Amino acid sequence: MSGAFVKSLALHLGVIALLAVLGFVLPAYHRDVVSRVLLLGVFAMGYNLLFGYTGLLSLGHAMFFSAGLYGAGLAVYHLGWTAPTAFAAGLACGALLALCVGALALRTTGVAFMIVTMMFAQVFYLATLYFGAWTRGDEGIVLQPAQRTIEFAGLHFNPTDPMTRYGAALLLLSVVLLITLAIVRSPHGCVLVAIRENEERTKMLGYNTFTNKLASVVASGVISAAAGAAYALLFGYVGSTFASVQYSILPLLWVLLGGASTTLGPLIGTLLMYYLVDLSSSLLARAFPDWNLSHIGVVGLALILLVLFFPKGILGTIRERWLKWLP
Amino acid sequence: MAAVKPLLIARNLCRNFGGLKAVDMVDFSLTSGEVRAIIGPNGAGKTTFVSLIAGRIAPSSGVIGFDGRDITHLPAHQRVRLGIAYTFQITSVFANLSVHDNVALAVQRTHQDGRGRGARKAGIDAALAKVGLTDRRDAAAGALAYGHQRLLEIAMGLALKPRLLILDEPTQGLSDGEIENFIGLIGELRREATILLIEHNMDVVMKLADRITVLDAGRVLAEGTPQQIRDDAKVQAAYLGAAHA
Repeated sequence: MSGAFVKSLALHLGVIALLAVLGFVLPAYHRDVVSRVLLLGVFAMGYNLLFGYTGLLSLGHAMFFSAGLYGAGLAVYHLGWTAPTAFAAGLACGALLALCVGALALRTTGVAFMIVTMMFAQVFYLATLYFGAWTRGDEGIVLQPAQRTIEFAGLHFNPTDPMTRYGAALLLLSVVLLITLAIVRSPHGCVLVAIRENEERTKMLGYNTFTNKLASVVASGVISAAAGAAYALLFGYVGSTFASVQYSILPLLWVLLGGASTTLGPLIGTLLMYYLVDLSSSLLARAFPDWNLSHIGVVGLALILLVLFFPKGILGTIRERWLKWLP
Repeated sequence: MAAVKPLLIARNLCRNFGGLKAVDMVDFSLTSGEVRAIIGPNGAGKTTFVSLIAGRIAPSSGVIGFDGRDITHLPAHQRVRLGIAYTFQITSVFANLSVHDNVALAVQRTHQDGRGRGARKAGIDAALAKVGLTDRRDAAAGALAYGHQRLLEIAMGLALKPRLLILDEPTQGLSDGEIENFIGLIGELRREATILLIEHNMDVVMKLADRITVLDAGRVLAEGTPQQIRDDAKVQAAYLGAAHA
């Protein structure tokens, strides 16, 4: 138990505690926004494990998120599964898809890896449209609250209750955050970083870099799928928008903003980006009511400033300048 | 020596890059416990040859055997597990990781089969102590002086507990004092591992090597003790003659 480990564990538990308190004090609108952000933050953490720590830039993570989304959503909608088993189904779908896509895509590196993952994700997206009879495509499926309710040991969890929803999202985030922390601090995490830094050298230390990278893709895919499955069950909507290329790019932006290869960066990035979009939309609408301006310009400007002044993201820069022990 | 089983053998080993025969029908055999130097002019195929042995590149044809086992088609990481360690010609330590973590990566791979944290720490300490980098364990590897990076590279090779340690130009860029230390280090290492080194510095070669293999244009030009190589007329013409005229 080194000092850095105690400090980082305390920090992570502190962040979780802070979020728990926020659940009670936030106004209803913001509590709902943050519930969403927590789930998308989990998605970003999954992305970060592969991109930040292993150094593999995927442009197809929407398929893992929506594998969880559809795996859980369709199981509830068509098979009438209960929420916990549907959640497990979502994870299984994510794991299986990540294993297959990883095994094929990892035969390539660099730009080719980006293209191949993007193409797989496009196939997945088009499949959600093609099988519209089951998925209802763009329009999507709405899961009824009754289908998503969990009865457990006499307790009754209703996902439409904002407090329950916030609590469930925070629980998932906490579990994933601590798992990520454990992974990146483990010897295996060190090997992933070594692969990112110099794959050839890692190979010559006797590591099978392919299986290590595949494990990272699967872990990343399962975490992303967990976010998707939870999204379907908590918000009750499953639609192909979540499989579109936009949802492959977004986690990359969130991670870059918050700081790649930092455990808390993805959450911070997601939160900031979400509020940036939210605030800039309403600000623009108020300032120029007739112009119908899009928030995209503001987001673009923010990204340009980020790249110019914080190329390592917010937490990455803080770690570099001040807090070297940040995991 | 005839009764001793060779640790490493290569038969009819070839590697072509397009029309270039970088390694051309090389027969090679290495006895356990020996220090062998490979010398030859630039472009003779030395690095290609040891890369074939380490599994970094695949041969065009030929067979490689290690410890009585055919390893021709074994991927590099499995050869490392059999005990073949390769240290890079161009220093390629993990620049952003600490010295300690660099060596830890090498140690923990060999210790994944259930040995505990104590063994891991002992392995790291031992490898760092051997090359004299104990004081700098917390420094970022990229911040080390070049000579120290070379030593770290060797420490990572050592930490793998190799039976065959391949060193590709280990003294390149070292000062005279550092070279003296390196010669002393190899003198100690040879008790634990067979050593195959590519080296341009003739002083180092003559002091360390039991036998020398001379490569030229992908072929074995000569092989023998340092004295035999020194006296070999072909070698003098192809290599020593040109360099030391």
